Amino acid sequence: MAFKNYLLVCGGTACESNQGIALYQNLQRELKYQGADAECQLVKTGCFGFCEAGPIVKVLPDETFYVKVKPEDAAEIVAEHVLKGRPVSRLLHGADEQQPVRAAPELDFYQKQVRIVLRNCGVIDPDSIQEYIARDGYAALEKVLFEMQPQDVIRELELSGLRGRGGAGFPTWRKWLFSQQVANPVKYVVCNADEGDPGAYMDRSTLEGDPHSILEAMIIAGRTVGASQGYIYIRAEYPLAIQRLERAITQARELGLLGADILGSGFAFEIEIRLGAGAFVCGEETALLASIEGKRGMPVPRPPFPAVKGLWGKPTVINNVETLANIPVIILKGGAWFSQIGTGTSKGTKVFALTGKVRHSGLIEVPMGTTLREIIFEIGGGIKDGKAFKAAQTGGPSGGVIPPEFLDTPIDYENLQKIGSIMGSGGLIVMDEDDCIVDVAKFYLQFTVDESCGKCAPCRVGGRTLYNLLEKITRGLGVTEDIQKLKDISLAMQRASLCGLGQTAPNPVMSTLRYFMPEYEAHINERHCPAAKCKELIQYLISESACVGCTACARACPVDAIRGERKKVHVIDQALCIKCGRCYEVCKFGAVSRG
Amino acid sequence: MSKKLTLDDLRALRNKSRAALEQRTPEGKTVEIIVGMGTCGIAAGAKETFDALLEALAANQLDQVLVKQTGCMGLCHSEPTVEVRAPDMPPVIYGHVDAQVADRIVTQHVMAGTLIENHIFDRPAGDIMARR
Repeated sequence: MAFKNYLLVCGGTACESNQGIALYQNLQRELKYQGADAECQLVKTGCFGFCEAGPIVKVLPDETFYVKVKPEDAAEIVAEHVLKGRPVSRLLHGADEQQPVRAAPELDFYQKQVRIVLRNCGVIDPDSIQEYIARDGYAALEKVLFEMQPQDVIRELELSGLRGRGGAGFPTWRKWLFSQQVANPVKYVVCNADEGDPGAYMDRSTLEGDPHSILEAMIIAGRTVGASQGYIYIRAEYPLAIQRLERAITQARELGLLGADILGSGFAFEIEIRLGAGAFVCGEETALLASIEGKRGMPVPRPPFPAVKGLWGKPTVINNVETLANIPVIILKGGAWFSQIGTGTSKGTKVFALTGKVRHSGLIEVPMGTTLREIIFEIGGGIKDGKAFKAAQTGGPSGGVIPPEFLDTPIDYENLQKIGSIMGSGGLIVMDEDDCIVDVAKFYLQFTVDESCGKCAPCRVGGRTLYNLLEKITRGLGVTEDIQKLKDISLAMQRASLCGLGQTAPNPVMSTLRYFMPEYEAHINERHCPAAKCKELIQYLISESACVGCTACARACPVDAIRGERKKVHVIDQALCIKCGRCYEVCKFGAVSRG
Repeated sequence: MSKKLTLDDLRALRNKSRAALEQRTPEGKTVEIIVGMGTCGIAAGAKETFDALLEALAANQLDQVLVKQTGCMGLCHSEPTVEVRAPDMPPVIYGHVDAQVADRIVTQHVMAGTLIENHIFDRPAGDIMARR
């Protein structure tokens, strides 16, 4: 008998880490206990993207979208919705603001999204190859094996305008063509799943939600360039993605979609997983290949490019997860279809991990050319707690900040570069008025200093020097000449570093200097942090006129730096104060000032 | 270990799995059939009605129809009740829908575009609907 209802429970890392596993188990138990397991199918899917409000349960076919579902809500969902068709309104999004939205398509969050890469995320069970196949899975492979020649595939990719989604935006068809043209009996296909930017989790979610799409694209790449072995290089910190990939590879092998003579075509292809130990630099392609070979993950100068001389010296096509996820769709619907989406030079969609001070953080996919304003204020619901937007950071430690004046710039590779940032892999961190821009630059430098492999001096020494200068400025010890020093070292690093990590590491400094110079100057000239973030530059003071002597601050102070009797004005001993801000938070009378 | 697929096997598997998956996704559905499954509806046999609808749809290979359940529609005297929303037809509520009438809803209303006499009911009064 067919099912009447389907409960889709998010099985992504974000929801699972928030009691999603217990929720799934409770739903399973309740369906059985209430006698509904024959008429309602429970499916664990990939990420719905609305991670802010997880765990998510979506009910089909009516598309009811439940948010922040707790394990103990399972009984009510089954009793009310599954058995009686009545939605549990308190679990709908917006229920606490008296504006519940029932169905997923009605949520603002989904209005502007176009899902190509994430087409199956939150729709199918990632552990079921049947469900992937049902959604046209492996149909592109069929086409490539039996109807197309390698040059047809490359032409279709050229027509599509697909560019690498790992960050640099190199045209995918050219990479494939370079590899295809080299005569060599042994070639490789590598999937770069070494996602490492702070705040980025696009590739993890794609792999967790739709692992077969990556396998299919890799087999297509193998057939096109003439490779019979593929490697997926994924960081060991992604256990769920690895587990789903392993299962997908086993399933594909059992059905003969991997291995010898795929679908009777005579073409053979195998895929193996290689785990990375979490070094950021291993996302750089030459370092990644070194790591697969079992060597220390350090970059080597290019050219030669991996497409010509890569893994073990053989021609190697290396593509990022998101790039690969686009390929089956391009083959099926055609390059011309794909090129209608996006802008002149940047085609298709981009997945962003929207995080930071935005109300609805999560995983989104939008057409290239969408503006930052649409992403942050329409999809993301604006800034948290009604604060003011200060900047957005794209491209992780290799990117830059985007100030408010560019909110309406259509986002594509070229535009982002023009305004001093990069597309990067898709991390998008939103900052508000409480974030200090010098502190942000320092955070990214700290990251690149930690992650520098140390092979070349510009990156190893330059990065550390930049970090020290920023540290000095945030501690109120900066001098005017430091600004020029920051600029000079940045330039030297950009020009002389060996690989992308060092060349782009100064970007956060360069772009913040470009747009937020007054904030640097305030730190140096006035010893003042406008965002009140840098501890050395702020002072907490109690106003004599506003203090009523309630003792709340004195009781909250962890170091007993506040003195004063009941109903008398309190005073902060600046020598003892550690600037934790507890007094500022607990004062009900606005008597504590920060500045 | 299962058998290695040939091209034809893969296509057959896709067609088979697609039918099951399409039932749960609302994409491409033009007709909505909504079954009242409040306590009254279920007591009067709405579950059998629901099953009969799904069977009739499968038998006639209709994949553009979405069957949903809802709560009580307020016509408890005529349960099971079923609302049908099809393009170019007014939304209609049918009452006393047993398995046989369910089958006629699919073959007559959805496929032939004709109403089923003696089973059409009005919506409850507007003020009651507003309060729900």
